[in-house]
Order: sequence, then C-alpha cells, then structure tokens
Amino acid sequence: MSKGHTVDRIVASIARRRARETRLKWAGFMAVAVTLALLALLLGSIVALGWRAFQQTYLALDVYFDPQVIAPDGRLDEESLRQADYESLVRQALRELFPQVEGRTQQRMLYRLVSSGGADYLSHMVLADPRLIGTRQRVWLPASSDVDMFAKGQTGAQRAASLQPWIDHLLAQGRIEKRFNKTFFTAGDSREPELAGILGALSGSFYTIGLTLLLSFPLGVAAAVYLEEFAPKKNFWVDLIEVNINNLAAVPSIVFGLLGLAVFLNAFALPRSTPLVGALVLTLMTLPTIIITSRVSLQAVPPWIREAALGVGASKMQMVLHHVLPLALPGMLTGAIIGTARALGETAPLLMIGMVAFIVDIPRGLLDPATVLPVQIYLWADSAERGFVERAAAAILVLLVFMLLMNALAIFLRRHFERRW
Amino acid sequence: MPNPPSTPAELSLPATQAVLESAARDRLDQLPAAIGDYTVPEPRLTCRGVNVFYGEKQAIFNVNLDIGQREVIALIGPSGCGKSTFLRCLNRMNDTIEGCRVEGEIKLDGVDIYHDGLDPVILRARVGMVFQKPNPFPKSIYDNVAYGPRIHGLARNRTELDEIVEDSLRKAGLWEEVKDRLDQPGTGLSGGQQQRLCIARAIAVNPEVLLMDEPCSALDPIATATIEQLIDELRTQYSIVIVTHNMQQAARVSQRTAYFHLGRLIEIGPTAKIFTNPRHPLTEDYITGRFG
Ligand SMILES: Nc1ncnc2c1ncn2[C@@H]1O[C@H](COP(=O)(O)OP(=O)(O)OP(=O)(O)O)[C@@H](O)[C@H]1O
Ligand SMILES: [Mg+2]
Repeated sequence: MSKGHTVDRIVASIARRRARETRLKWAGFMAVAVTLALLALLLGSIVALGWRAFQQTYLALDVYFDPQVIAPDGRLDEESLRQADYESLVRQALRELFPQVEGRTQQRMLYRLVSSGGADYLSHMVLADPRLIGTRQRVWLPASSDVDMFAKGQTGAQRAASLQPWIDHLLAQGRIEKRFNKTFFTAGDSREPELAGILGALSGSFYTIGLTLLLSFPLGVAAAVYLEEFAPKKNFWVDLIEVNINNLAAVPSIVFGLLGLAVFLNAFALPRSTPLVGALVLTLMTLPTIIITSRVSLQAVPPWIREAALGVGASKMQMVLHHVLPLALPGMLTGAIIGTARALGETAPLLMIGMVAFIVDIPRGLLDPATVLPVQIYLWADSAERGFVERAAAAILVLLVFMLLMNALAIFLRRHFERRW
Repeated sequence: MPNPPSTPAELSLPATQAVLESAARDRLDQLPAAIGDYTVPEPRLTCRGVNVFYGEKQAIFNVNLDIGQREVIALIGPSGCGKSTFLRCLNRMNDTIEGCRVEGEIKLDGVDIYHDGLDPVILRARVGMVFQKPNPFPKSIYDNVAYGPRIHGLARNRTELDEIVEDSLRKAGLWEEVKDRLDQPGTGLSGGQQQRLCIARAIAVNPEVLLMDEPCSALDPIATATIEQLIDELRTQYSIVIVTHNMQQAARVSQRTAYFHLGRLIEIGPTAKIFTNPRHPLTEDYITGRFG
C-alpha cells in the first residue's frame, strides 16, 4: 500500500467523521432547545396566570364609624368593640354611595362588591384606634373576587357582568385601585379567594421541610458512613441492605404516605395533619437518596487521604471524623438539600396523612394542623373559582422561588467548601 | 561487571527460573533461601516466613529479613515484585486492603505485630510511613505536622506542640521555607516540599522505624538530593526501610540492600557488596540494567 493511498483514506474518513460530529452536535443542540422551549412555555403560562394574584383590587368607601352600631350600649372595652357589627358599616357606606339602588335583591348584589373581609378590616382599624368612632373616613377595602376578576379583565364571570355599571361608576370616581396583594403573603387559607393567602402553607412547608432536613441528614450521613467505612464488605446482610436502599429510592412516594398512615398515625397514634408526621414521612422518603449521595461523596474522597491518616496512627474513627467526613460533607450537603427540595414539592404522601385539610390558622409549631405549599396549590387549582386558580399559579411561583433558593444554597455550599480541597 | 566465580552452578539463570516457576506451582518450601545473611545483631524488626496473598494470588513468598537499629535498608527489584507489599506489611497498612492476608511472623522489638494483640494504631505510631505520592492533608502546614502528636497526645500544651512542629519541620529540612506561612494549606507547596512535609508529619510522632515507598519518584534531582541528605541525618535516630527504583539512590543512602524478584527475596547484603559484587545472576542482571 503506497503512502499516498493511506493519506487519501484518512482524508475520506475525516470527512465522514466530521459529518457525524456535526450531526451529533446538532442533535444535542436541538434536544437542549426543545427542553428550554418547553420550560419557557411552562414558566410563561404560570407567570402569565400567577402574576395577577400578586395584585388585588381595592375599593374606596366613605365609612361612617357609627357609634350607634359599634357601641350601642356605650361600652368601649375591647371585647365589645371586637363583636360589633362592622358588616353593616360597610353596607351603610355602599348604600350611601349608590342611593338609587333599591330592593333587597339589588342591595344584596351591591353588597357583593366588597369582600366579606372588609368588615374585619374595619374592626382592626377601630381596635387599633378607638378615636375613629364617630368620624367619617375614606377607607380602602379589598374588593370581592368578582370585582377583582372584572377589574383584571377576566370578563368571563356573568356575575361580574351584572356589577359592571357600579364598577364603572366607582372607576369614574377614582374609587378603584389595584394594589400589591399583601394578604396573599400574610394570611392563611380562606373560603374567599381575595382573603386567601399562602402564609399558612408556607409555614407548614417550613416546619415540615426543616424537620425533614434535621432528621434525614444526620441519619443518612450516619448510615452512609457506617455502610461505606465500617460495614464488612461482601457480607450477605450488608449487600441485602444495600439493594434495599437502592430500591427504596425508587419507590413511588405515595407508598411512603401509606406507610406513614399505617405506622405513625394508626400504630403510634401521632396527631393527623401535622408537620411532625409529614416530616417523618418525608424523612423516610428522602433517606435513601441522602444515603446514596452521601456514599458517593464518601467514595469520592481519594484513598490516599485515608492512607495518610492511618499512616500516622489515626484510628479508623479518627480517620473518618477528621479527614474523610469533612471532605465528603459538601457533597453530602448538596445531596441532602436537593433531596429535601424534592420533598418540598411532594404532595401525594402528605395527602395520605391528612395534610390536605382546609386549615385557616397559620401553624405555629410541629403539632399544629398544617398543609404545605404543593398541597395548597393542589387544593386551589382544583377549585372552581377563578380567583383561586390564579392564586394557585402564584403559589407555584412562590414554590419555584423556594426551590431555586434551595438549589442555589446547594451550589453555594459546594463551591464554598470545594475551595479548601 | 564480571560474573563472580563464587556463584554456585545450580543458581544459573535458567535453572533459577525453572525453580521459581515450579515453586509458584507447588508452594515453595524447597525454594533456595535468599543469598546472604538476612540477620543483624539487635534487630528492630524481624520477619520470618512472611507470605502475603491478595485473595488467591500470592504476592510475597517466604521472606526472612531483619531490620537493624539506626540503619537504612533499601528494597530494590523490578516493578511488581512485591516491594510495596512487603513494606506495607511492616506497619499493617495491608489491613486496609480488601482480601489481603499476611502469614508468618513479623516482630517489632520481639513483639509479634500481627498476633500479640498489638493495636495497629500504636504500631503505626511506632512504624511511620512516607508514601510514594506526596499526600499532605488538605489542611494547613502546621496542622499537617501537628496532627499525629495531637491524636497521640504527645504535647501537653500549645508551646510543646509548636516545638514539635518546628523540630519536625527542621529535621525534614523544610522549616526555613515555610516558617512564615505555617497556616497556609500544605497542598499548596511544591511536590518536593510536600514530600518533605509528609516526612515531617511522619517523624513528628517520633517513630522508631520509618518506611519510605519510593519517596523521590515524583521529585526533581534537587529535591531528591535534599531528601537523601535528610535520610542520612534521620539514620542517626531511626531505622529506615526505603523502596527505590533508583540504583544510585540505593547505593548512596543505604547500608544494606535487599533484592526482590517475583515476590521472593533473592539476595540481601551490605549495599557496597550487592552493587560491586552481586552473587545471584538475577541481582546482577537487575543492577547492571539488563532487565527490570
Ligand atoms: N491491592 C492489590 N490487589 C491485588 N493484587 C495486588 C494489589 N496490590 C499489589 N498487587 C499485586 O501484588 C504484586 C506486588 O505488587 P507491589 O505493589 O508490591 O509491587 P512493587 O514491587 O511495589 O511494584 P512497583 O515497583 O511497581 O511499585 C503485583 O503482582 C501486584 O499486581
Ligand atoms: Mg510499589
């Protein structure tokens, strides 16, 4: 075979190789592009729906804090002030604004302009400053969900359509305004969309996930250290445990919910719907993942570190605690945080242990009935009312922000500790 | 180099290879013992009938060797002949290898290190090790050296610890270079400095024996010279066993040399004699560079 002949062949094969490379590159590029497009579509639709929930329509009413209504018997102690009929103050103000509206049915329609939470709003004002009694104030009250939807251009609702003349009137007088929806971040769940907030679900998630991390991280790390550093190799029982852990990581999460129902609620009689039980279930669920990632980080510690430690006479325990664990910890933390971030988005197992109840109060501890963000999203998205669907999308945004924060923390921790390697 | 006339006829190269092969087949009690006197007066370490297995595979065959006080003994031999394996028997580093089994008797000052219930932790404090690849902990220079004394409780207070650290770094010839940056990571030093740091770390616990597995294989000639000089100084206090592929190095630093081949100790004797007058043809071929 002549020299020139060989070169020709190489040249020919190079063209083929190049072509294959180009095709592969394009295939990869397309895959990434499709993924990004789908992600953008998903996020776009959620943001488009959800951003509206961060705004709430408010109505300005001139409320007369009528002493006859608030303190008919002249008692101004807190208890009586609390129990006063503020609802009628709101109604009075509405009637004054639209004197031409007559008849019970029409008036009842009129009252629906203002959220049923408007009365609470007045009550808070009076309790904060009793000197308001007897005065007339312009007060901005949250509009009802119907008005809110209408003001945001969701004309679908028929009920809202019948309110249109009044709304136009209010608009003309500058009595309608869209403001930042503080309630959404400060309130618990509610029957009324305009009064519903995510703080309850958020703190429920906080307690549940916090306890999950506290329980699963030390347990997972301890298990991984034992299996990786101390357990006898090639032992039947150790192999069995290992296979089981790997399988557990793949078990559908609802199964863990059933287990939690059977063990924690039925056998141990722990209180239903509480972050405590939720965290126990989620711990069971994330533990295999944490064990596996922790073992991988332990394996990634170079063997010469161990030899160096043993070589100067460190015991096995000292070798692990002083050298191997500190080097493996960033990887373990990353694994744990990503594992718990997944738990943060879990719904199914929590449904099984009753964290799906309608809970208005904001949980203040591990034993208060609570729900979590994804379950709240599920509940709201399931609702017929447009206002709730909007809030579900907003809650998804909040959940996504939390996940991003957790992942960012994981990346930060990894970067931060990696430098010391 | 002329073939020494004292070589017994039955130990000619083909004959020996035949013996070695048959021995590999049927466990080599009939193998000729190593040429040369493997004993020393007042030994620190005595090894008798040492066999090492990795699973089913035997890596060391019936090695007898004494290591004296305050001497440097060099282990040489072709790659894969079991020098590292033998060295790692002496401080039980082989324990960490899955499936590795050591037979025979190895005594440190008359105490069997495998069978007399000697704690490996204590053994390794008395028999220190420097590895082929510099392996400082990813900690500060100070902490690298102080680690051993700390875990063994050798210093009663910070001043004493400081003294130990300085002393060890001085002995390792590193003090002048690092005294101003003891708090910086040991991994940030050059390869030669790292190796001297590892030596300082090993001698900080004041061992009786120092095992060195090709300590200079990753170093340039200048760093190598520093370490050789260091070995020469350390010899006044420690027994040193050094594995090396560098014949000149073995000749320069050691008093005795042991030649290994296929897991067997072939020849042992004073370094000068081994290098000028090897008795076994395998040894001669190796040190004259004909194979290995
Ligand atoms: N962990 C192990 N598992 C199985 N076999 C091993 C192991 N370590 C070494 N061996 C085998 O034992 C024999 C001796 O190896 P050893 O590392 O002691 O050789 P060496 O003389 O140090 O070689 P080198 O000069 O290349 O370092 C070799 O055949 C090797 O393949
Ligand atoms: Mg070796």
